[in-house]
Amino acid sequence: MTSILKKFPLNRKQWALMKVLISVSVIIIVILGGLFLDEGRIVTNLTNRNSPPSIDNLFGTDWLGRDMFTRTVMGLTLSIGVGLIGAIGSAFIALILGMAAATMGRTADRIISWLIDLFLSVPHLVTLILIAFTLGGGFKGIVIGLTLTHWPTLARLIRAEVMQIRSADFVQVSQRMGKPRWWIAVHHILPHIVPQFLIGFMLLFPHVILHEAAVTFIGLGLSPHEPAIGIILSESMKYLSSGMWWLAFFPGLCLLMIVRMFDSIGDNLRLLTDPNGNRD
Amino acid sequence: MRKWIDRKLVLFILWKGLRMATLLVAICFISFLLVKNSPIDPIQAYIGADMLKVGPEQRAKIAEYWGVDQPIMVQFMHWGSAVLSGDLGTSMIYRRPVIDVIGERFLNSLALMLSAWVVSGVIGFVMGVVAAMKKGTWVDRIIKWYCFTLASTPTFWMGLLILIVFAVWLQWFPVGMGVPAGVLAEDVTLMDRIQHLILPALTLSIVGVANVALHTRQKMIDVLASDYVLFARARGEQGFMLFWRHGLRNVALPAITLQFAAFSELFGGAVLAEQVFSYPGLGQATVDAGLRGDVPLLLGIVIFTTMFVFVGNLLADISYRVLDPRTREGRKA
Repeated sequence: MTSILKKFPLNRKQWALMKVLISVSVIIIVILGGLFLDEGRIVTNLTNRNSPPSIDNLFGTDWLGRDMFTRTVMGLTLSIGVGLIGAIGSAFIALILGMAAATMGRTADRIISWLIDLFLSVPHLVTLILIAFTLGGGFKGIVIGLTLTHWPTLARLIRAEVMQIRSADFVQVSQRMGKPRWWIAVHHILPHIVPQFLIGFMLLFPHVILHEAAVTFIGLGLSPHEPAIGIILSESMKYLSSGMWWLAFFPGLCLLMIVRMFDSIGDNLRLLTDPNGNRD
Repeated sequence: MRKWIDRKLVLFILWKGLRMATLLVAICFISFLLVKNSPIDPIQAYIGADMLKVGPEQRAKIAEYWGVDQPIMVQFMHWGSAVLSGDLGTSMIYRRPVIDVIGERFLNSLALMLSAWVVSGVIGFVMGVVAAMKKGTWVDRIIKWYCFTLASTPTFWMGLLILIVFAVWLQWFPVGMGVPAGVLAEDVTLMDRIQHLILPALTLSIVGVANVALHTRQKMIDVLASDYVLFARARGEQGFMLFWRHGLRNVALPAITLQFAAFSELFGGAVLAEQVFSYPGLGQATVDAGLRGDVPLLLGIVIFTTMFVFVGNLLADISYRVLDPRTREGRKA
């Protein structure tokens, strides 16, 4: 390994690209695995209950004899899916409000700043519980809750970015030429914030997944029939005192690794797109 | 001169308070609308399993008694005026006034959050400073790696791990509950309480370190790159003395501000930690209220946590203005 690295030394940016590629491929493998894994492995199998991790069952089996590895991979796929929907929704709200705050004049800016403050002034988890309660829990409740709670920080970021671009010469010229506001927003401002937006979206992802798992763990999220990581962990709590540590350890660790990978994709993309990003 | 600054500070707090008031009213209104539209029927939630014994006439009577049949704005005005006079209603699951439940539960949570807040703040600060002083070495790398990993760790999973290690394997601590089971309330000693506090507090402290540490590291690197540190180094200062004379005061303030501003995440963490360790705090009450449809308690908690977060942000702003001599100087001119 080291000899290969010596022969082809990678610079910082190449390393970053490498990390992004590795993380993306791992995530794709997990998703494909979750979609195509044999459902037969998670049917109840009472002859093989509560067995600790082995070659056959990498993460052990639970009290119904279901293979924990299969359940974990499926749970991860579900988490990524929910996270994706929540993050996309949040990111679009952030994009629209951030752009509106910066281009539609002072009143719009005030209102949107006030809205951002409004959503930041209640702890995320409390808002999520409230929304999940209102919508009666389940998939719809959690997705809407996640979408509505995660946009404020990104909206702030986009607003600041747009403010900066707005004072640029090409925007000023375009304004003098009498182009309408929305035209300028779409043709001059939007292309400039696309990288920021994508990175912000990637960095939103880990938060969304973690909150999804947390709300599901509490019992207000996805229904207990779905193989979500939060469900697996909250079920495992009953069995921890009898020493079945593998029920909680591996699923959580996998969730941690997936979240960390999304985080590193976002961070490394920022490094790649930022011309001044080469210093620490 | 001093008096003038104080007046400025008071004005600042008043302005913040006004802003807070508008936000609070909006939050009350929105959350009221939200819970009103929830599919859970308040009468059914109140009566519970005896629902079969209640006929439609009795049901209408209860609805009339509570005013559930009136238009939503009228209901909101009723509830709003009651809240303003300090009456948040009666919790359905605890059958006690919401204010009492929140007060009692919050004291438990406060013990938990305060200890975690102090411990994570101090440890995080030290880690950040050490990482910055040893920038680029393996110590720095380990601390950075650790913090980034922690930032993506689910709090409740960390709680479960700690539970497995300390309560199940080592059996140093009890598995759950805020007080020992089967002991009368008046017999619970302070030691018992502390013993049940340690594991959730440890969980919160471990997870809470990351933010402060990374932030402090960045600030400390900026300080170390400054001219006055270069000059101090040229005079031969190094190591701890350099940090003590030139670093500490410059880095401590942002760290304190950051800690105060993190009340929102702290409470979110406390909800999860309390759930894992079944610690009887406000977080557990929040979850119970959500799961079992206790609307008055849920609304009360939303209002209360909003104020809690607001106090944190206000303290962050004030600490900046009061502690930093430079902002004081700046405003004199």
